[in-house]
Amino acid sequence: MKNDPSKPARSSRRGFLQAAAAIATTLVAPGIFLYRTGPADASGLDREARWGMLIDTNVLGEADVDACVSACRREHGWQAENGSQTDAQWVRKIRLEEPGSGHRKFLPLMCLHCESPPCVDVCPTGASFKRADGIVLVNKHTCIGCRYCMMACPYKARSFIHENLKDQLPVAPRGKGTVESCTLCVHRIDRDGADAVPACAEAVNQGGRKAILFGNLNDPHSEITRRLRELGGTRLRADMGLNPGIRFQGL
Amino acid sequence: MQSSIRYAEIKTSSPGYWGILIVLFAVALLGIAGAHHMDVEGHHVSGMTNQIVWGLPHVFAIFLIVAASGALNIASLASVFARQDYKPLARFSAILSVSLLVGGLAILLLDLGRPERLIVAMTHYNFKSIFAWNIILYTGFVVIVVAYLWLMMERRMQRWSKPAGLVAFLWRLVLTTGTGSIFGFLVAREAYDSALLAPLFIIMSFAFGLAIFILLLMLSFRLDRRELGGSHLHRLRSLLGIFIAAVLYFVVVFHLTKLYGTQNHGFERFILMDGGIYTSLFWIVQIGLGSLLPLALIYAPGLQESGKSLVAACLLVIVGAFAQLYVIIIGGQAYPLNIFPGYIVESSFFDGMVNQYTPSLWEFLLGFGGLTASLLIAMLVLRVLPIMPEALRAEGG
Repeated sequence: MKNDPSKPARSSRRGFLQAAAAIATTLVAPGIFLYRTGPADASGLDREARWGMLIDTNVLGEADVDACVSACRREHGWQAENGSQTDAQWVRKIRLEEPGSGHRKFLPLMCLHCESPPCVDVCPTGASFKRADGIVLVNKHTCIGCRYCMMACPYKARSFIHENLKDQLPVAPRGKGTVESCTLCVHRIDRDGADAVPACAEAVNQGGRKAILFGNLNDPHSEITRRLRELGGTRLRADMGLNPGIRFQGL
Repeated sequence: MQSSIRYAEIKTSSPGYWGILIVLFAVALLGIAGAHHMDVEGHHVSGMTNQIVWGLPHVFAIFLIVAASGALNIASLASVFARQDYKPLARFSAILSVSLLVGGLAILLLDLGRPERLIVAMTHYNFKSIFAWNIILYTGFVVIVVAYLWLMMERRMQRWSKPAGLVAFLWRLVLTTGTGSIFGFLVAREAYDSALLAPLFIIMSFAFGLAIFILLLMLSFRLDRRELGGSHLHRLRSLLGIFIAAVLYFVVVFHLTKLYGTQNHGFERFILMDGGIYTSLFWIVQIGLGSLLPLALIYAPGLQESGKSLVAACLLVIVGAFAQLYVIIIGGQAYPLNIFPGYIVESSFFDGMVNQYTPSLWEFLLGFGGLTASLLIAMLVLRVLPIMPEALRAEGG
């Protein structure tokens, strides 16, 4: 068929492309905006920061630690039935007793977000990774469920999802057959930066008390670095040289 | 001379042969069914937990992978160490090593939380992970050994079979080093964290692989009514004895090294004295039934010519191998992590206590399915390719 000059094929094609682009923009744009969570930069990631927490076991009682655990469950939508060997526990209540004196203390234990995380070293696909700001996460799309990271973690911080899940929360996508752990409430950090408060800390820091202090370990003026400078903080299994981002006082 | 060796496919049509194939096939199918059930329902139907994250499937898989590299020994003796008396068995050695590895890998793959993501494992590599290296080592091993087998079988290419045999031999040493290092590199757990695990796994592979090799050699010769000369069996027998003793030596050194450091006394006490099932498996099955008794069967003066005692020794070595891997893999995880040294620890997540594990039916199915798949592949290849020598007559050399 010959081109009819009275029917401009080019412009009709251009029109079609313009319409398609408009439709695509309408469809895709909301998706893009969904991921624009932080005011600081498009992803909310602060590359200069190293986020950490200082947990004061001198202040925390058993009820406080229970509140930490409940807050984490509510925030991320995980449940752990009492006595279940297979349910995930992003944070757990540890009871320590000093032999001899019988002195007891309670603390919450979660992923400690190591500077040199063994879980990241051993992960065959790189699904276990550390962000530039020090938060250790699992990429749910590339985790194959081999559980090698669980073998390697010195703190038993990770859980494998043993069954089908329902009622998941948007901030914490989870999936059967993959491994998960504490995210340091990364969704809050990406939104609020240095002003963020992870759910466990929020649950125990009432009335000006800072039983769990969140902050930037790379900022010499942050409250967490000042308090660490003043009072020190214990790195669990310091002998392994992993430099966890979560430290403890009173151990 | 190699030209005098005549190879032939297995030709028997005896009910015994077909019966074995049908049973192997059926169990392999059940293995797939077991894996499918775990995949659909999730791992909560298995005995594995957040405490014991690797269970019975891993015992079977590591056994097969370790035995695979050991099964190649006979071919290496012929090609690399120029032992002409082992030459007739080199083809079978290669086939068996590939089939054992394939069965072991199938178990590992099907036990993954997301087995359908195999393509992710093949395309995303973290080269600091020994696991990632193993994926390359295992697939590379299959390619190299199949090529090596072809070079041995193709008359015009036989001069290349010697260098190929050397590559395969070096590759299998690296491969088993990698398998041992899966555990050796786990610095956080007292049970592992030892460079000795790599050579221990290599020597274990020698014994486990040879035990399976001898059993299948005797079985296939018997099924096809071929002549199996006493001198060949005698050599394999003394080789097995040396390998069993060498495994024992490494086990002793491993535990002595651990025992020397006070910080490991708790773990050693758990395995050697009060670990319940793990202590029993270690002393009774691994050491007693799996090492000392086979040594007696191999070296006892009155039994030197007995084929039955050799079969019994091989079977016992395999039983001992499973006990040894069970103690290493599951016993090592059962012992609690020492996160808070000097404290008595309790938690909702079973900190500070010995972890319990009872394997489920599905794990048994998957494990046995992988094992029988390996044997099935080997038996089928023997039928379609001229792998086995027509006869192994007693000779001098």
